[in-house]
Amino acid sequence: MTPKIELRGVKKRFGPKVVLDGIDLVVNPGESLVIIGGSGTGKSVTIKSVLGILRPDAGQIFVDGEEVTHVSGRGRDRVLKKFGMLFQSAALFDSLPVWENVAFGLIQGRGVGRKAAREIAIKKLAQVGLGAEVANLSPSELSGGMQKRVGLARAIAADPEIIFFDEPTTGLDPIMADIINSLIVNTVKDVGATTLSITHDMVSARKIAHRIAMLYKGKIIWHGPVADIDKSGNEYVDQFIHGRAEGPIKMEVKA
Amino acid sequence: MNIFAPIGRAFFLFLAQIGRLTMFTVQAISHIVRPPIYWYAVFQQLMRIGYFSLPVVGLTAFFTGGALALQIYLGGNRYGAEAIVPQIVVLGITRELGPVIAGLMVAGRVSAAIAAEIGTMRVTEQIDALTTLATNPIKYLVVPRLVAAVISMPILVAIADSIGVFGGYVVATQTLGFSGGIYLKNTVDFMKTEDVVSGLYKAATFGFIIALMGCYNGFNSRGGAQGVGAATTNAVVSSSILILAANYVLTSLLFAK
Ligand SMILES: Nc1ncnc2c1ncn2[C@@H]1O[C@H](COP(=O)(O)OP(=O)(O)OP(=O)(O)O)[C@@H](O)[C@H]1O
Ligand SMILES: [Mg+2]
Repeated sequence: MTPKIELRGVKKRFGPKVVLDGIDLVVNPGESLVIIGGSGTGKSVTIKSVLGILRPDAGQIFVDGEEVTHVSGRGRDRVLKKFGMLFQSAALFDSLPVWENVAFGLIQGRGVGRKAAREIAIKKLAQVGLGAEVANLSPSELSGGMQKRVGLARAIAADPEIIFFDEPTTGLDPIMADIINSLIVNTVKDVGATTLSITHDMVSARKIAHRIAMLYKGKIIWHGPVADIDKSGNEYVDQFIHGRAEGPIKMEVKA
Repeated sequence: MNIFAPIGRAFFLFLAQIGRLTMFTVQAISHIVRPPIYWYAVFQQLMRIGYFSLPVVGLTAFFTGGALALQIYLGGNRYGAEAIVPQIVVLGITRELGPVIAGLMVAGRVSAAIAAEIGTMRVTEQIDALTTLATNPIKYLVVPRLVAAVISMPILVAIADSIGVFGGYVVATQTLGFSGGIYLKNTVDFMKTEDVVSGLYKAATFGFIIALMGCYNGFNSRGGAQGVGAATTNAVVSSSILILAANYVLTSLLFAK
């Protein structure tokens, strides 16, 4: 079976700072993979590299078996049409109303008419728990958690084959977080989408993941089925999932 | 310490900057000639760049024309040549002051606004979001602004020329004792099509510079509010300098005998 996404030896540095130091990762079709890891370890950089927002310094990236590491222009657009992306910061277009944000990919990328696109947008907003009354608001009139959910609606609007969620539940209350987790689970189950999510929220990770991978010091140091996460035998993973200050992972803070 | 090291480094950084700007310009032009063009966005930008610049451009042109008339009168007075006011006003406005004043005013207004808007989109990842929605940011953001600025500026300058000449007329007839009929006749007789047209070529060039510097600095802004602030300043300063430099080059090319 061809993996949906494969990273081989991907490296990325910013100036002298090495962020990714040879990432090997496979996401299979219909699978939900969750990446965990400390703040600033390069989780967002990893998915931005797959999308081509950042160019890796070394290594290869495959989507559906096609190497896309250095694809740009029209070829990149064709690859990107398979993807939906929720940014950590939501990254809504503040010059457009909420519904046009959600419908953007449909109108610009796929030539759907504005009226039909608006209906789809309102349906997607309902799935993330937002009523039709927010459709005409500007993103700056929404709370942080609401913006995140609009970003989520935008990511799933075109029913993409692959969806990246960068911290989908950060900033949401526990109940809404659970609704979003169920939404992600259902998108994978019903639509057959492949998802790659980043989270710090272990409750969310356990609910949405088929497999979990842990990123530490630029490498994937452990990956396995979600059921194995408590018996990984890896002290880094143990420290992370139990949120202990003491352990092999040293946070760079000066006491 | 070697004093040549920092100079060399600055020089290479400067060259790299020129290289990046050239790449950006080539990319932008290649997207202008390749369809599709987002015409609705072009229309929006025409309103923002052209229409809303009318008041500032009109006011500055009026006062410039007035001051010019006054100076020529006072200067010409020394040689008994004060009757030359209408001719010099129309020449100065259409060839130089109309395009340059409008260019600088629009640079301050528009390239700052473009840099701030695109810079904010950059640092809040909105430009990355455009990319992931398979929409090319150059095509969606840069092309409409460039096209709108290149279309708007000649129109603005044509209006600035008229208002500038009118400013000279008001000052000449109200305070310098010129007769309105003679002033207008002298203006029209002396005005040459080439003078006006050369000013409009300049205007289109300045429009391109204004939008390009706004977009380029916005696209390359880094690191939050401070980065956007720096991009805005750079956009205004660089577009103003480039306008004045381009004006000199165009004057020497267009009026080379
Ligand atoms: N565009 C950039 N330029 C320079 N450095 C960057 C850039 N993007 C990310 N970095 C650096 O790369 C490192 C990893 O960043 P990344 O955003 O991937 O972290 P993360 O794992 O997503 O963390 P968090 O959980 O806090 O979101 C950070 O140290 C950051 O400073
Ligand atoms: Mg992140």
